Amino acid sequence: MTQQLILYPLLLQLLLSILLMFFWYRINAQRVISILGSILHLGLTIFVFSFIWNNGTQTLQAGSWEAPFGITFIADSLAITLVLLTAIAGLAVSIFSSSAMIPDRLRFGYFPIFHFLLLGLNGAFLTGDIFNLYVWFEIIIISSFVLITLGGEKAQLEGAVKYFTLNFLASMIFLTAIAVLYGLTGSLNMADLAIKVSEIENRALVQITAVLFLIGFGIKAAVFPLYFWLPASYHTPPSAVSAIFGGLLTKVGVYALIRVFSLIFVGDAFLDEILLVIAILTLFSGGVGALVQNNIKKVFSYLIICHIGYMILGLGMFTEVAIAGAIFYLIHDIIVKTNLFMVSGLIYRIKGSSSMRALGGFYSNYPKLSLLIFIPLFSLVGIPPLSGFWPKISLITASFDTQSYWGLAGIIFASFITLVVIAKLWAEVFWKNPGEIPKRKKFDYFHKMGKYRKLGFVVPIVFLSFVSLYIGFGAENIQILSSRVAQELMDKQLYIDAVFNNAQNPK
Amino acid sequence: MKTLILKTASNYLLPVLLVFSVFILLRGHYLPGGGFVGGLIAAIAFVLHAFANGLDKSKDLLKIHPGFLMPVGLGLAFMSGIAPVVGLDDPFMTGLWFPDPFPVIGNVGSALFFDIGVYLVVVGVTLTIIFTISESA
Repeated sequence: MTQQLILYPLLLQLLLSILLMFFWYRINAQRVISILGSILHLGLTIFVFSFIWNNGTQTLQAGSWEAPFGITFIADSLAITLVLLTAIAGLAVSIFSSSAMIPDRLRFGYFPIFHFLLLGLNGAFLTGDIFNLYVWFEIIIISSFVLITLGGEKAQLEGAVKYFTLNFLASMIFLTAIAVLYGLTGSLNMADLAIKVSEIENRALVQITAVLFLIGFGIKAAVFPLYFWLPASYHTPPSAVSAIFGGLLTKVGVYALIRVFSLIFVGDAFLDEILLVIAILTLFSGGVGALVQNNIKKVFSYLIICHIGYMILGLGMFTEVAIAGAIFYLIHDIIVKTNLFMVSGLIYRIKGSSSMRALGGFYSNYPKLSLLIFIPLFSLVGIPPLSGFWPKISLITASFDTQSYWGLAGIIFASFITLVVIAKLWAEVFWKNPGEIPKRKKFDYFHKMGKYRKLGFVVPIVFLSFVSLYIGFGAENIQILSSRVAQELMDKQLYIDAVFNNAQNPK
Repeated sequence: MKTLILKTASNYLLPVLLVFSVFILLRGHYLPGGGFVGGLIAAIAFVLHAFANGLDKSKDLLKIHPGFLMPVGLGLAFMSGIAPVVGLDDPFMTGLWFPDPFPVIGNVGSALFFDIGVYLVVVGVTLTIIFTISESA
């Protein structure tokens, strides 16, 4: 049964969404199934994670068709780490949305689609076939399109159109890139591609294909200059949806970039140069964008873009230390960003506004909640010993090693800007004397809710804050994990061997 | 569209199209056809019926809400995928086949059940979409 182990998280999500579809009109049953299923999923993923940690990379040839002809599923430590993070963020958002989503939205199949989205994420991390990766991307984009439009408010639809158009364009470019790659090599299996692409003589053609992949994934990961859809759309859906989008969707793009540029298009000075330039510009432009925003959710949206830059920078420098830093940042960022969008939802429910100018006095009204929110906010900034601090050490060390001083400047500038933005947010929302926010008549205020609904808001934030604290205080363990991931990524032969040795003796 | 010719024809076409859709479904796997096309043809049969006799009559004929077919079909496809995992500890989606072909139907294996699942999902999705649109129109 251990052969199959890596597919279990994926199959469980599929089973959950099918099960939830049977309870289409029964919202309470859906809430219970979703939360229990997510807890089960987390437990299962932890088990699979520990198995892979002890036994090394696992592969599975779906349908018993041997690689490179069939679809390979491969769980190396990067993939399984991301699956684990998806499970953690998924559980938190599942609890949060059972409280925060109004029944009008839940009635249109929110939970089944939510679990389809998680299914797509799990699949994208686990697959070892580039066309299959495209299919998982499609599952993700279709589910996310439903989630972003659910409820059908005007602002939501406007955001959704921008979101959908650009993501669809990205899928098209990605598909074109796959077609070109298939024309060059005649293969779709990523391990096989890694061998065949390095043998191609016409390097210019390979570079162009790589740039196509970069554009396709770059739109999804929201890097400079392709990020405009993100701040235009992420603040429009309910905060539970924003949380899963902000935490995980752009990170799939980052994952795909890391995978493709560490496995298939590797060791090309020109491409690394492009990645570095893009990363630095992303760090600058995202940070500057965040400075001028007033809506809390828009601030966080720009900060997503800004911090994507760190991960791309690590990939661009491509040393073991740099990759380890990028992976550590990825781990920290998924948890914190998910948490922050839930926090923005909580603030909105309490005060009835997301505008920093209008908000204020949060600390004097809710001192305990403010202290709780302090954790994710300042983890994001990276005040030592909180979690955002540690990956930056690796990244700065790496930028000295590779003598990319612009990269160093980008890191320091982005950290500084993040600090300014978060300090401003803290001063405006928590310390300033409140302005007049008109009471809304039909608004579902936090203080009017029952005890359990309130818990549904607070528990996931506490949960993710504890995870963040663990990443900060247990940084040594996370560093060991990300170093191991980096080692595996630097040595692509490990990946290739894992896929093909297994194919020779499938049992 | 209440024309007598269409109404009479649709009463005969409904069963013929449904049988044809099942034929296309079973023809799949090695020849052109399969669950997706079969499902579309079955959906067309009901759409044609709804054109001729009105939406309410077609809904009465179907008895269940077409949306219900989606999870049923997905569940069936899912079962056919995990059958080798549960039964034989083979990788996910490995094809399991009965050794001898059945009369009329031919070889039966887990792929057929996957296709039936697809068929049900396609019927469910298409009819849900079309019924919803024509209700709101």
